[in-house]
Amino acid sequence: MRMKFLASIVATTMLAGTAFAEDLRIGVEGNYPPFSVVAPDGTLSGFDIDIANAICAKMKKNCVMVQQEWDGMIPALNAKKFDIIVASMTINEKRKKVVDFSNPYYDVPSRWVARKGDYKSWSQEELKGKTIIVLRNSPRAEYVAKNYPDSTVLAVDKEPAVYLELAAGRGDIAFGSSVVSAESFLKKPEGKDFEQVGDTLFLGEDADGGVGIAVRKSDGALREEVNTALSSIMTDGTYKQLSGKYFDFDVTPQSAKK
Amino acid sequence: MFQSYLPMILEGLRVTLSVASVSLAIACVIGLIGASAKVYGGMAARLSATVYTTTVRALPDLLVMLVVFYGGQILLNSISDKYGWGYLDVDPYIAGVSTIGFVFGAYLTETFRGAILSVPAGQIEAGFAYGLSRFQVAFYILLPQMIRHAVPGLTNTWLVMLKATALVSIIGLDDMVHRAGLASAATREPFTFYALIGLIYLAVTTFSVLLFGALEKVSSRGVRSGGAA
Amino acid sequence: MIDWEIVAENLPAFAGGLVNTLILLATVIVSGFTISVPLALVRSTRSSYVSRAVWLFTYVIRGTPLLVQLFIIYYGMAQFEFVRSSALWPLFRSPWFCAWLALTINTVAYTTEIFAGAIRTTAPGEIEAARSIGLSRAAVLRYVIWPSAWRRALPQYGNEVVMMMHATALASTVTIVEVMRVARDVYTNYLVLTESFGVAAAIYLCLTIGLTALFRRLEKHFLRHLSRSEAPNAKVQPAERLNPKVA
Repeated sequence: MRMKFLASIVATTMLAGTAFAEDLRIGVEGNYPPFSVVAPDGTLSGFDIDIANAICAKMKKNCVMVQQEWDGMIPALNAKKFDIIVASMTINEKRKKVVDFSNPYYDVPSRWVARKGDYKSWSQEELKGKTIIVLRNSPRAEYVAKNYPDSTVLAVDKEPAVYLELAAGRGDIAFGSSVVSAESFLKKPEGKDFEQVGDTLFLGEDADGGVGIAVRKSDGALREEVNTALSSIMTDGTYKQLSGKYFDFDVTPQSAKK
Repeated sequence: MFQSYLPMILEGLRVTLSVASVSLAIACVIGLIGASAKVYGGMAARLSATVYTTTVRALPDLLVMLVVFYGGQILLNSISDKYGWGYLDVDPYIAGVSTIGFVFGAYLTETFRGAILSVPAGQIEAGFAYGLSRFQVAFYILLPQMIRHAVPGLTNTWLVMLKATALVSIIGLDDMVHRAGLASAATREPFTFYALIGLIYLAVTTFSVLLFGALEKVSSRGVRSGGAA
Repeated sequence: MIDWEIVAENLPAFAGGLVNTLILLATVIVSGFTISVPLALVRSTRSSYVSRAVWLFTYVIRGTPLLVQLFIIYYGMAQFEFVRSSALWPLFRSPWFCAWLALTINTVAYTTEIFAGAIRTTAPGEIEAARSIGLSRAAVLRYVIWPSAWRRALPQYGNEVVMMMHATALASTVTIVEVMRVARDVYTNYLVLTESFGVAAAIYLCLTIGLTALFRRLEKHFLRHLSRSEAPNAKVQPAERLNPKVA
């Protein structure tokens, strides 16, 4: 009696397991405008989402978007909650140790953001003893830690929080994405007293030229499929059309321009 | 502004209460098993139960929760890989109740152990003397009398558990605390929403204390209390 | 099995985290204890408005999750313009101050109840005796009530200190880099459970064992009058001990 019950549970779960075989589960964030936004009713939109759908179509798989908090993104990939991450994850050496990346699919520079008139540059001397707000465990955090040893670092667990804490006065200057800071903060009423300081900067050799799609280290074949799909949408004009929706400048990564 | 978020917060309350109750059920089951192991078990059973309760109670709840959450998923994945079952999703709700149930099962093991030991041995002996089976003795004699002694510990654990459910927001479960966070991010009024859910927790706590007080009275029916003549 | 290289690589970070945990715990316990004692005395007086006010405070704090209290102080206080422009702002914008404040308020609530309960259970006879030999209220408090209440409260208070040590892990949610935060970062960066949370667990276990041992020592000292090992030595007659001059 009991064995039959257990057997039926196992059978149902096995069936449920097989149902997912043709789905591609994609980890997305929803907290990184304009790349990834979640509306109050739960609908996802943004550049990341569009790219994800586009490559899914090319790979002829059924897309299932799984929303995940940024902080647990890579652990969740590892735990097989999803199979790829399309969440503006910058490719860098540290991350490459635990996951594999596809070819980069866009590249935007970083920017310093501070209260209007506070800073003229981001030199080490000027920021000595100040508090820099940055996203935890990210290439930007590493960059700041390496180049600004005399400043205090306030690490937060999601990008919007970087600017919120800046607005709240918990830090003196923030270091984030040039696009996201403009889109999610400076354009909004709470960002009106703030500005971007200095020029845009690319992080250089610490970050391999852009954001990529992360896959588990054991999924080499999947990575190849994703790369094929990516180069396909870049050559057939889909990429240009999608990026044109959001940006009036070119976000193609250097490596793809070759 | 505030009103439009109220339904969302109340839905979060439903999740919180649901998580707390299911966790309590799981914790009770674990607690009974653990207590029986400690009182009636052999060396191996007693040792494992002791290791379980000592370790879990010596570590912060948050740590145990994260370990069970991440570790549980990894364990499940390796099992499903071995048997080729495909991906078994552990949704945050199941993860949440399992972790809290696991953590508080340790506390309830101690509570139930104390309660079992408080039932006079004579009662058990009399039950066996009447020829009742082990199950009958456990279910009809031990359990009802045990409840009376377990209620204070149970109440305390429930109240602590209720507050501990706030931690599941950290492992991503969409409970009341998480929703308050979303609402405060959208309205930029964190104080309003966190204070609101604070009051809601207080209300639930008060209600629980009353409820468990009634439970104590019911389970103490017919027991003469010492003191006033 | 365990990648000791990863452990070694992150040991400095864990050490830093441990220092922060201990600093937070020490400051909270000191401030908590200092505030709780007078508050407990107030709380144990019979039905006055102040006593009821203290009860309300402890009831509210004990009835709400620590995490929520922490968020109200850290995120909530920043909402108000009058806080942001006041002299207190440098304090409220600091995660350390907010964590310390939230944990202190929390421990004060629980500790006050523990001490008040112990004070209330002081044998009335002792108090009457002390008053009858002319001790002032303050002297009764200091020489009779408090010593006996402290002894009664010690086991529960020890428990509360251990709980507070666990609570410091919550400071990780407001950017304080203590042990829990280091563990989570190591996990996120290396995806290894044992080398991250395992190390943290080992640290917390040692802390718990240490604190428990410390309080056991304290109990031994303060409750030695209850210890059985000090029963009268059979060789020594009671009469001799009372009057050493007798042969």
